[in-house]
Amino acid sequence: MNAVANYNFAYLDEQTKRMIRRAILKAVAIPGYQVPFSSREMPMPYGWGTGGVQVTASIIGPDDVLKVIDQGADDTTNAVSIRAFFAKVAQVQTTTHTAEATIIQTRHRIPERKLEAGQILVYQVPIPEPLRFLEPRETETRKMHALEEYGLMHVKLYEDIARHGRIATTYAYPVKVEGRYVMDPSPTPKFDNPKMHRSEALQLFGAGREHRIYAVPPHTDVVSLDFEDHPFTIQHFEQPCALCGAEQVYLDEVILDDRGGHMYVCSDTDHCEERREAGHVGVLGMQEAAE
Amino acid sequence: MSDEPLLRVKNLTKYYGSRLGCADVNFELYPGEVLAIVGESGSGKTTLLNTLSANLEPSSGEALYRMRDESWRNIYELSEAERRFLTRTDWGFVHQNPADGLRMTVSAGANVGERLMAVGDRHYGKIRDTALDWLGRVEIAADRIDDQPRSFSGGMRQRLQIARNLVTGPRLVFMDEPTGGLDVSVQARLLDLLRQLVGELGLSAIVVTHDLAVARLLSHRMMVMKGGHVIEAGLTDRVLDDPREPYTQLLVSSILQV
Repeated sequence: MNAVANYNFAYLDEQTKRMIRRAILKAVAIPGYQVPFSSREMPMPYGWGTGGVQVTASIIGPDDVLKVIDQGADDTTNAVSIRAFFAKVAQVQTTTHTAEATIIQTRHRIPERKLEAGQILVYQVPIPEPLRFLEPRETETRKMHALEEYGLMHVKLYEDIARHGRIATTYAYPVKVEGRYVMDPSPTPKFDNPKMHRSEALQLFGAGREHRIYAVPPHTDVVSLDFEDHPFTIQHFEQPCALCGAEQVYLDEVILDDRGGHMYVCSDTDHCEERREAGHVGVLGMQEAAE
Repeated sequence: MSDEPLLRVKNLTKYYGSRLGCADVNFELYPGEVLAIVGESGSGKTTLLNTLSANLEPSSGEALYRMRDESWRNIYELSEAERRFLTRTDWGFVHQNPADGLRMTVSAGANVGERLMAVGDRHYGKIRDTALDWLGRVEIAADRIDDQPRSFSGGMRQRLQIARNLVTGPRLVFMDEPTGGLDVSVQARLLDLLRQLVGELGLSAIVVTHDLAVARLLSHRMMVMKGGHVIEAGLTDRVLDDPREPYTQLLVSSILQV
């Protein structure tokens, strides 16, 4: 034993973890329902994933392998610091490979690789209430959830079509979970909504500032809301990833110079790397190889 | 008008703590009938309206409503889900201030369409067609359908609020000073429109107003309230032409003549 005080395993004290686990169990039992919990101060600012970190801290064990992504990337500040945080306070093994991870904490993206049974996806959620910008009163939105009054959600989609000619909501696209609760899938692009539907992995959502936890258990119906004459569609990209040539994946636009040059690359960096290692090459990847 | 009433109110009383809101109100409202509640400020007419529309819980008494399936239900014994469904399908509530009854940050079309979407309409084209139809009926130009109500004048907002309430074909509409805060020519137009819609759709309405001219134009029957009690009730023309109670006489005689 050393004399220096140590953090408890995974930073949070055991009572807090129990409290959060109870909230998670309730959330899993009622898919899509926002369970209030007593969110703790974390050693990082709100907006950096305090909700997701608390969920991860409560479910992680010494044998878990953690992957953290931010906008699909493993190497951005937020992802690196959260990964380092758990490597320090829980001494767990970390990875960037989706297939090796048992817990994946994410902000904005669901990995391109299909998640498997036994994996847990933890979302960092800024605003858990899908009706918030339409109805500012919390008492009223709770009542609307309780009584399943979701007409207002379609008012938002109606406004989109009236203004833009199509449903212009591209992220945080509202979904109905197991035919009951309307849920905000956090700021993931709507491209990822179909991946939530009947996913084999457990999906947990933590909103630290708003003190809410909600969940989508494996094999649960997650249906994106739409109109009969304006059905839900996901984003389509004109060209494949410039580095690995992948199609049917979510791409980021990267500005290359100040003369309008840009390229589209996989938002999921791990997916892109794995494909390039397997020999797939995109347009710019070939030039790189030639140089 | 049919023989069976739509609403039966029995001994309705509302206290705010020990303070009286309204007491022992009894009346029946028939389909197609417009009832005006008049009285000075503080006489309990808005309390009565809010209690009748189930926004307030009464201290005692009951209000029986004939539902669409012809069953009689006490509106204060409905579950919250049933009551909220009733208030957004079979009822309407026109607020004095349109901002209270409208969503000011969504377009006129969405304001009209909200009730349709709330009862499960999921076809954008049909919702929009219905909204256009209703905007036409309340004399709002079709090209304003995508504008937000905050760009509308007071009279237009009030007409939009009426369209928003009537789109689900309610049978009973509550109105709280529907012409208050509008200038006189706009008032006249709105009254014309209301009278026409009420006649066309066979609506029943309960209108709270302090303006006896509104009561005269819109209502078939009226109740005069003072200090929380209904002191006189009867056919509108009878009450206004031949007021029985001293207070009603005072009220009628204090109308300003130009």
